[in-house]
Amino acid sequence: MESIPSTPEELSLAITAATGLDGISQLRRLTGGASRETWSFRVGEEQRIIQRQRLTSPRDMHVEVGVLEAAYAAGVPVPRVLASSRDLVGDNPVGTQFMIVNAFEGETIARKILRDDEYAAARKTLPAQFGSALGKLHRMNSAVDGLEDVDQIAFYQEHLRDCGQSHPAFEIAFRWLEENRPPVGRRCLVHGDFRMGNLIIGNEGLRAVLDWELAHIGDPAEDLGWLCVRAWRFGGAGPVGGIGAYEDLLEAYGEASGEYISLETLRWWEVLGTVKWGLMCISQAAYHLTGSVRSHELAAIGRRVCENEYDALLAIRELKKGKGSTRV
Amino acid sequence: MSELHDPPTAQQLVESVREWLETDVFPQVEGRLQFHTRVAMNVLAMVERELELGEAQNENYAEGLAAFQCSSEAELAEKIRTGALLSQEDEVEEFVMNSVIQKLRVANPKYLRDE
Repeated sequence: MESIPSTPEELSLAITAATGLDGISQLRRLTGGASRETWSFRVGEEQRIIQRQRLTSPRDMHVEVGVLEAAYAAGVPVPRVLASSRDLVGDNPVGTQFMIVNAFEGETIARKILRDDEYAAARKTLPAQFGSALGKLHRMNSAVDGLEDVDQIAFYQEHLRDCGQSHPAFEIAFRWLEENRPPVGRRCLVHGDFRMGNLIIGNEGLRAVLDWELAHIGDPAEDLGWLCVRAWRFGGAGPVGGIGAYEDLLEAYGEASGEYISLETLRWWEVLGTVKWGLMCISQAAYHLTGSVRSHELAAIGRRVCENEYDALLAIRELKKGKGSTRV
Repeated sequence: MSELHDPPTAQQLVESVREWLETDVFPQVEGRLQFHTRVAMNVLAMVERELELGEAQNENYAEGLAAFQCSSEAELAEKIRTGALLSQEDEVEEFVMNSVIQKLRVANPKYLRDE
């Protein structure tokens, strides 16, 4: 097998060979996650982004390409896919699956969005914009091939069993989640990681929803609950991404989708999301502990698991009281 | 109890490195390196708290587990999962909540809400 182009010069030539895009300049690497790397470049005056899968990643980026195209067509604010390895005939000079999208100006760093003056106006409108974007997304009609639909409780219980640690708090949470599971709702495409950090914000509000690699088929309330998990509030007071009230999100969501989700259902999904992020913290630390990536940052995340145990138990306590149930 | 090792204590040694990071390194770096320096300072502060509190916390935890006839945390988790402790549900929840609070007192005390 040919080697994968790794220097900016090699990658630039490979992109041209794969897509016919000419006049590429300023190609530079932005980030390298566990599953993919992201580069930015210019074609003339236009800013572009290329995401390239890692060889070791088990994910199929072409599913995400299909999701992005469907979301774009449905009017959800997302990057537009301009080229991808899905449409190649024959060899892929870029080496692994890739997609090229247009770039957005704006901010993704939650701490700035939550605190800087230039986002003061945006903070007022964002919770409703989140609701409206999710409403549109969950009402998309176009079918996308290759999306999974798994039971979220069963999936994460298995995750807990297989992680090699014991967490009594999460066992309590799973019991509560099972006993209080909301009626099974509609199935639809959910983003899977809709939260501060994956959203591009301008001073007027939401510009684009990024990072669709966890998209799957699920309950629409899953995305709303995940957005409210305390980890994604980044120290902000409002439950919705640190800036808004539950009601603002639910109301805008109802208006955009015609489907009114109850606060109780939203909170149930928030508890599930809290447990899920706790389990993901265990996985992050495991990257370091098993030696696949040595990093004190990842190691430290292992000690954030208990933040999620705390939030899950607090929420359960609160929700039990709210329902007036005094089970013995 | 006699200590084999000479001063400074492990806690004091870690503290000295954290202080050096805070005063000499952190102000001199920026961007990603600054972020990772902050993470390192937080990790060392956590280790200091664990060295101070950890031993007593472990003893209390073992005692608390024993009160539910559990010899390990894994056993408690198993009993919660299978419903073997349902008759003591409220007590179990209170004990688990308290153990989580103890973990946070080391990992991130600022995370705890005033109650």
